[in-house]
Amino acid sequence: MFAASRVDHAAATPRAIEARGLRRVYAAKGGPVVALDGIDLDVESGELFGLLGPNGAGKTTLIKILTTLLAPTSGSARIFGFDVMTETKRIRRIMNMVAGGEQSGYGILTVREQLWMFSQFYGLPNKDGWTRTDALIERVGLADKRLARVSTLSTGERQKMNLARGLMNDPWVLFLDEPTLGLDVAAARSLRELIVEWKAAVPGRTILLTTHYMAEADELCNRIAIVDHGRILAIGTPEELKRRVQRESIFRVELDRLDGGPAALADLPGVVSASAATDEGESERQTVAVNLVLADDSALGAVVGAVGGKGATILGLRKSEPTLEDVFVELVGRGFGEDEERDGHGA
Amino acid sequence: MATGLDLVGRSGTDPRTASNWNRRQILLTNLRAIRGRAYPRYRGLFREKSWVLFEILLPFLSTAAFVFVYRALHAPEQYVGFVVVGGAMTAFWINVIWMMANQLYWEKSQGNLELYFAAPMHFMSILFGMALGGMFMSTTRALAVLVIATTVFGVSFAVEQWLLVVAVFVATLAALYGVGMVLASLFLVWGREAYHLGQFFLEPVYFVSGLNFPVARLGLLGALSVGFIPLATGLDAMRQLVFSGAPFPVGTPPPAVELGILLVMAVVATLAARWMIISMERRARIEGRLTVRWQ
Repeated sequence: MFAASRVDHAAATPRAIEARGLRRVYAAKGGPVVALDGIDLDVESGELFGLLGPNGAGKTTLIKILTTLLAPTSGSARIFGFDVMTETKRIRRIMNMVAGGEQSGYGILTVREQLWMFSQFYGLPNKDGWTRTDALIERVGLADKRLARVSTLSTGERQKMNLARGLMNDPWVLFLDEPTLGLDVAAARSLRELIVEWKAAVPGRTILLTTHYMAEADELCNRIAIVDHGRILAIGTPEELKRRVQRESIFRVELDRLDGGPAALADLPGVVSASAATDEGESERQTVAVNLVLADDSALGAVVGAVGGKGATILGLRKSEPTLEDVFVELVGRGFGEDEERDGHGA
Repeated sequence: MATGLDLVGRSGTDPRTASNWNRRQILLTNLRAIRGRAYPRYRGLFREKSWVLFEILLPFLSTAAFVFVYRALHAPEQYVGFVVVGGAMTAFWINVIWMMANQLYWEKSQGNLELYFAAPMHFMSILFGMALGGMFMSTTRALAVLVIATTVFGVSFAVEQWLLVVAVFVATLAALYGVGMVLASLFLVWGREAYHLGQFFLEPVYFVSGLNFPVARLGLLGALSVGFIPLATGLDAMRQLVFSGAPFPVGTPPPAVELGILLVMAVVATLAARWMIISMERRARIEGRLTVRWQ
C-alpha cells in the first residue's frame, strides 16, 4: 500500500532535522519556565528518531518549534535545510504532524469528509483528495467507519483517522507526538505497524517520534534521545544506550534442583550475587530459578561447572538485557513516573 | 501498487524540490483550502436540522413582536417591511459573531488551529472559507425568514434597481464578514473572554444597526455615527432600494454612496484581517499562544 516509488534522493540532501543551541523559555506567573535548555540535535534523512522523556521534559515544545508553531527563545533549527523561523512556508509543504489524543476536525463530518477536507488544506485536487482519502481509510483499517460521524469514533479509531490525516500530504518529515497515548494494546500495535510500514516504503521519509513508552521507543526507533528538563541527556541507538548501563552480566538460570540454594553459587569466582527467583510456574514445575549477577560473561563457565558438580541439571539459561528504563534511571537518577507521582501526591 | 499514496510528481523526488512551489500551486492550494474550510458549514446545514428552530422560528417570533407593535401604533406599513428585512439580516450578524469572531478560539481549543497554521496554505484561506460557508448558511436562513415573514405579514416590496440591490447585498456581506475576520483574530488574542465579547457585541449592534427601525430616525448625525457598522449601512441602503415608493425618507445617504462605503469597508476590513492574522501568528509563535490551549 505504501509502495516505494520515489526516486532515491541524493546523498547531498541536508539533514532532515538540525537544531543548534535550541532554548525556549515560557513566561509564567511564578517566573520564567525553561522548557528547552540548549538542545543540539541531528536527525538524518530516513531516520525514525525517538525523543524519550517524562511529561514536562520538553519533547512537545521541541516538536512545536520544529513544526514552525513556536519560536525558540534562542538557537536555531532547520528542517531539510529550511530555517524554522524564516522559511516556514517551505517547511509546511513537506511536513505533517499527529498528536496523541488529538481532537481535530469537526464532529459533524464523516471520517471520509473530514479527511477530504484536510486534503484540501494540503492542496490536493478534489478528485485526488477523495481517492487518497479512500485509500488511507482502507489502509488504516477504518473502512467500516468511513461514513460514521467523527463525533462517534472511539479513541483508537480517532487516532487512526488522525494518522491518515498526517499521511494525507505524503510528508517528507512526520512529527508524531505521543501517537499511541491512551490507546489499548491492539490499537497501539496496529498504529506502530502502520508507521513502520509507511516509513520503510520510501527512502528519505523521516519520523520524529516523542513518547514516554519505553518499549515503543525501543521497538520503533533507529536512534533515541533521552530528554529531561529540557536537555538531551544521551543520544544513540537503543542498543548503544543500553550498553551504557550494562556493566555486569545478568543471567537467570533454571535448575532441576540446587543443593544449598543460591548461596552455593554466590562464592564462585566472578559471581557478584546469586539470589532466588521463583514464580508460580516454576513452583508448579518443581524447579529452582536463580538470578545471577556476574562480573562478566566469562564467569558463567565456573557456574555451569559448579552446578554440574552438585549433580544438578540446567533446564534453562537466559541473559537479561537492560531496558531503556534502566538507562533513564541511570542518567536521571529517578524513574519515569516518579515526578508525576510526586506531583500527584503534592496536589 | 497504484494507490496514489505516494503522490509522485507532486511531492517531487526530494524534499527541497517538493517544497519549491510555483505561483499556480500556491494559488490552487489556497483556493482548495477555502473550499475545504467552507465544506463543514455547507454540510452542517443539511445535517443538523435544529437550526430551523433556533435560527428561523425564534428570529421570526422576535420579528413578529415588532410587527405587532408597529401595527398597534399605526406606523406606516413600510415599517413592517423594515422589520422583516432587519429580521432576515439578523442571521448574518449572529453568524459573524458566533461562527466567525468566536470560531478561532474554539478551533484552538479543539486543536485545529495549529493544524491550520502548520498546513501549507495562507491562514486567510481559512478565514475566507469560514466566511463563505457562513454566508451560505446564513443566506439560506435569511431567505427562509424573509419568505415566511413576507408571506405571513403580507409585505410588498417596491424595487426599481434590482442590480443595485444585489450589489448592496453582496457588498454588505463582504464588509460584514470582513469585520468578522478581524474580530476572529481579536477574539483569539483576547482568549477566554471571547464568549463574553460575543455577547457584548451582539445586542448593541442590533440596536445601532437599526435592525428593527430605520437608522434615519437617529438623524443624520446618528446615522453617520453608526455608519462604520456594515450591517447599519447595508440595511439602510437595502431599505431605500426595496421600499423606494415610501412617502417619507427611508434612509440617508443615497444607496450608491452607501455601496461605495461598504466596498471600502470590505477592502479595509479584509486587509486589516490579513495584517492582524499575520501579526497574531507572529506574536502567538513568540508567546506560545498557538500551542497552549488554555490561554
